Amino acid sequence: MGENKSLLQLEGITKIFSRGTIDEVKALDNIKLDVNAEDYITIIGSNGAGKTTMLNLIAGVFPPERGGKVIINGNDITGLSEYKHAAYIGRVYQDPNIGTATKMTIEENLAMAVLRGQTRGLRAASNKQRRELFRSTLAPLGLGLEDRLNAMVGTLSSGQRQAVALVMATISKPALLLLDEHIANLDPRTAQIVLELTEMIVRQEKMTTMMVTHNMELALKYGNRLIMMHEGKIVVDLNQDQRTGLTINDLVTAFEQASGRKFIEDKILLRR
Amino acid sequence: MPPIIQGILNTSISEGLVYAFIAIGVFLTLRVLAFPDLTVDGSFVVGGSIVAVMIAGGYNPFLATIVAFVGGLACGAITGLLNTKLRIPALLAGILMMVGLYSVNLLIMGRPNIPLLRSVTMFDSIASWFGMARSTILVIIVFAVIAFIVFMLLNWFLRTEIGLALRASGDNEQMVRSLGVDTDKNILLGVAISNGLVALAGALVAQNQQFSDVNMGIGMIVMGLAAVIIGEALIHPRGVTSMLLAAFVGTFLYRLFITIAFRLGLAPGNLKLITALLVIIAMAIPYIQKKLRHEWMPPAARW
Repeated sequence: MGENKSLLQLEGITKIFSRGTIDEVKALDNIKLDVNAEDYITIIGSNGAGKTTMLNLIAGVFPPERGGKVIINGNDITGLSEYKHAAYIGRVYQDPNIGTATKMTIEENLAMAVLRGQTRGLRAASNKQRRELFRSTLAPLGLGLEDRLNAMVGTLSSGQRQAVALVMATISKPALLLLDEHIANLDPRTAQIVLELTEMIVRQEKMTTMMVTHNMELALKYGNRLIMMHEGKIVVDLNQDQRTGLTINDLVTAFEQASGRKFIEDKILLRR
Repeated sequence: MPPIIQGILNTSISEGLVYAFIAIGVFLTLRVLAFPDLTVDGSFVVGGSIVAVMIAGGYNPFLATIVAFVGGLACGAITGLLNTKLRIPALLAGILMMVGLYSVNLLIMGRPNIPLLRSVTMFDSIASWFGMARSTILVIIVFAVIAFIVFMLLNWFLRTEIGLALRASGDNEQMVRSLGVDTDKNILLGVAISNGLVALAGALVAQNQQFSDVNMGIGMIVMGLAAVIIGEALIHPRGVTSMLLAAFVGTFLYRLFITIAFRLGLAPGNLKLITALLVIIAMAIPYIQKKLRHEWMPPAARW
């Protein structure tokens, strides 16, 4: 590589919840991470490893402890509010209901999303040109949503809703896409469809992506880099070359070496 | 048309037009922003108080009406700040404002009520432009023009980029934030506009009835709610336009119902009870229906 293609830098990121009480938890412990442009990182780890906390922190839901830094595209955005982070970051949640406004139409949802990071004014929220853009963005999904712009999102199936959420997260081409177990709530067939749509969009837009998953098979199959977290730390970080040819059993071994713990207890949590 | 029916219709139409602003205000907060705002009972009187003090003091009635509207905007903005910046639950923030505004209104007026019988109200000014005396028909026309302007403005605003973000904030706040919108600002704006409209109604009502009274706001929130519920039951609104229309239709029918009840001998003191019962019945029906069909319904929100 050599050249500086770093898109996201996390430096000295620690997050402590309920500080000073008996419930005190160190959810993230001095994380350092460099995400290169066009990286597609899959993130695995058992429950409580800090995966979602890390995504929340990148998205600006809460700031890191003093001394931590979140830098995106060279801009230090540490401590800025969530809606300011959102200018750089698209996000799809586990629950399709969080990513979409169910009492509004597909068109209205996309009209909200297309203005990510821009100042909203008193222009009409949608127009012919934008509708064309929405149709041409939805059509390749093959779900027929392009003909249903006026349908309330609440009337769609959860798979369709998650597809809309995915389009909403990416339509304005943000610098970074965060996927937080975005297929975990879907039935296997729908999950597969949404996963393929994700792959298609990420490839087409060359989008820098971080995907949290519980599924080790998916973590190995998709993306070009794999991160394993444990107790608030990144314990394994494999690039494309290191990852090639690895099996789930290799991952389990890597986890055991890195965490100094037998894998058995996490077997159910880290689905194989 | 028999004069009695004409009378009932005139009253229902004129009151339906002006009280519709309250219904629209309630609709904006409760339905669009999912923000149950009780500031309404106070901000309605703020509109009446400001307009009464200014008109009695010899100010231009149009200016007084605009200042009353701005006063309402300010009340709503404070409620919004209490909720978004101090994290006070919406319902409580509204109650606190309603209670506080009672004293504020006494301070504005300096006494519990101000008569405007000998003052020049907006209706007197407009009547004099056309060289005619003030009449019910004139009042209806003025209300209709203002209602039309408000309707068109909101119908446009709620479709703009800002308006869409405002609506979405009530639907899914987390999503809106994740799309780069400051939802606090949207909620503030929505609650402010709502109370601005309510104060505008207060200002128009005070000028029409030719007095302002510190107690004239009691139960306005419930009346607005009743109108919204009636409108929704009849129109089943889906888009912005039909939702706004539902507020007007609901208010008109509510006023028609009330006016007829009065003519049939309902004592004015019982009005609030009737309104409260109306809302209780309307809100309980869906639950009872589900119960009869042995369906499950989630417990009601406690905040």
